[in-house]
Amino acid sequence: MEANAPANPNPPQAAASSRTRSERKLAWMLCAPAVIAMLLVTAYPIGYAFVLSLQQIDLRFPDESGFVGLDNYVSVLTSELWWEDIFNTVFVMVTSVAIELVLGMAIALVMHRAIFGRGVVRTSVLIPYGIITVVAAFAWQFAFAPDTGFVNGLPLISDEMDWFGGRFSSFAVIIMAEVWKTTPFMALLLLAGLVTIDGQLYEAAKVDGATAWQRFWRITLPLMKPAILVALLFRTLDAFRVFDTIFIMTRGSQDTESVSILGFNQLISRLNLGLGSAVSVLIFLCVFLIAFLFVKGFGTRLDEGRPGG
Amino acid sequence: MTPRWATRALACLAGLSLPILALSACGGSSDSSGSRELTWFVAIQPGGSIEKVAETCSKQSDGDYVVTPEFLPTDASQQREQLARRLGAEDPSIDIIGMDVIWTGEFANAGWVEEWKGPLKKQVTENVFPNVIETASFEGGLYAAPFNTNTQLLWYRKDLVKKPPTTWDQMIDQAEGLKEAGTIQVQADRYEGFTVWANALIESAGTPVLSAPEKVDLEEGPTTKALEVMGRFANSSAAPPSLSTSDEDSARLAFEGGESAFMTNYTFAYASAQAEAPEIGKKMGFARFPRVDASKPSKPPLGGFNLAVSSFSENKDLAFDATACLAGKASQLTAVELDGLPPSRSDLYTDKVVTKAYPGFAELVKESIEGAGPRPTTPAYQDVSLAIQRSLHPPDRIDPDDATSIYEELKSNLEDAVKREGLL
Repeated sequence: MEANAPANPNPPQAAASSRTRSERKLAWMLCAPAVIAMLLVTAYPIGYAFVLSLQQIDLRFPDESGFVGLDNYVSVLTSELWWEDIFNTVFVMVTSVAIELVLGMAIALVMHRAIFGRGVVRTSVLIPYGIITVVAAFAWQFAFAPDTGFVNGLPLISDEMDWFGGRFSSFAVIIMAEVWKTTPFMALLLLAGLVTIDGQLYEAAKVDGATAWQRFWRITLPLMKPAILVALLFRTLDAFRVFDTIFIMTRGSQDTESVSILGFNQLISRLNLGLGSAVSVLIFLCVFLIAFLFVKGFGTRLDEGRPGG
Repeated sequence: MTPRWATRALACLAGLSLPILALSACGGSSDSSGSRELTWFVAIQPGGSIEKVAETCSKQSDGDYVVTPEFLPTDASQQREQLARRLGAEDPSIDIIGMDVIWTGEFANAGWVEEWKGPLKKQVTENVFPNVIETASFEGGLYAAPFNTNTQLLWYRKDLVKKPPTTWDQMIDQAEGLKEAGTIQVQADRYEGFTVWANALIESAGTPVLSAPEKVDLEEGPTTKALEVMGRFANSSAAPPSLSTSDEDSARLAFEGGESAFMTNYTFAYASAQAEAPEIGKKMGFARFPRVDASKPSKPPLGGFNLAVSSFSENKDLAFDATACLAGKASQLTAVELDGLPPSRSDLYTDKVVTKAYPGFAELVKESIEGAGPRPTTPAYQDVSLAIQRSLHPPDRIDPDDATSIYEELKSNLEDAVKREGLL
């Protein structure tokens, strides 16, 4: 992006266009390996999934394949299960991202203000994010299991409580595990936004008599809007595809199934590639829609937070 | 905001990712001495019986082949997922497959495993329980050599229960009447084990789930009876608190911990209790899987592994010979000796090795296998199993007094499942 900004305010017309052109060409050439790699590893599988989703194709029934048009999409979209799972997924997504935003902001402020042991604070906060999701999910599952866990031994909690035996208690544990695991990521992205705010603004506000709350509400938040948006976008897209935690904890039982688990069931358990690919393509479209709404709906450009942007 | 070095590092990484995409081909199946290497993909067994039989058969082949076991995860769905991914991609590195009894239909229909014919077929089915042969067969052909089978018994505490119950209703009554350990351990998490339990109850009530690979049977009277038993148990005080997340291992742990007076579980539970909880182990009684209908014998679950030859193997003839040895009499005895896996040959149940592994209950295991109600054989088995789990889990949603609505739901889900329609 920076390369596109005119370096010289009054260049001779012809020279500029030829220079711009050669710079563009260079830029494309430099980008080419990355673009080709992206096409190979992203566009090709997505395209292939789309082609599969238009066919009746089941690995267990190799003789019964054929083109069926949009039939697979019709059976997915008319299924109650799809809409239940969309609800579950959106529920987990909204709840966990909302909690993460609040906690992440608090942690970011702490990390920003930490006077001593700054490195230690920042590193220790990041530990949960460094743990593999499956491992974290097992740790939480064991903690809450009625036989092996310590949670039921805590005061105010019944010893007999079967956390994974009910829908909302299962959701509670799933969301807790998700929040614990990804809040550091949120905090880190928010911290990056926080450090770009000029300290003089706070001093000026203090001189004018603004309270701490007013400074946070009127200075920090508005200036951090782009950083918050990026953090929210990343986490929302991630949270929509939630799979590991639910798969380990309930495998989708007690009506906690997410759309990714639904796709997994069709693709891997049933080996029904047509139906499974239709689910995957629909998940992709949902993710695309979420990203689109974020970028367009909030009216903020994602790169506004850049210095001089 | 992004430092320039970071941009440069990213660009380098993107460029580097290209060569990584070029994967090297792997393979090679012949060692220097000229004997062919056969790879056996099979679930790991803690007692080491798999390694032992592979070694013994390799030695006996006089250098024709060397069988190398390649271990799959202990979880049955994960085993199947890994095999399906490899076989779906026509992976030639698999020669012999340890195939769960429920995969036969789909693996055979997909053309992943070879049919057994001629004298070898006769050899590997000799003296094998007929219903075990059924689990290795699809559309009249045999697709695997039966190796070990498995069944569930009713385990109970002799110090708490004077006479073992013959029906589920009696067992629930007895458990409810106990002052301590008044619960029954089963497998009711939403996984294959739940299908095993549900199928055994429905079969015991007197009706099969499917009458043909694409035909749902489920006679209404017996099925609702079975569902009502499930609902009654799940809603009674005999149900342990974590019923809807229980599996074979959690059931065994709870029983060994003295929490439950009853448990339905596979034969491994006995040896496990003797080793892990000798106090409980001493008081451990055994009986046949309880009945649903007092007038009909129960149909206990049937598990186990059959051994199949992969259609993508480059040494099929050798693989057939090797498989016949791996699934043979001697191997079955090794499996029961080291890992307590019940043999699929009925003539072995008087052998000392078996009576030592199942002290006092070798005959009961045999009877239980003979009377077992196998899960349905169909290429769409996963769909059927998912449909059962979706319709009946968690079991406490079944109304013990009127299971008609759940029955309707189960039947209609199963009818979609055998046609492989809709999401599951």
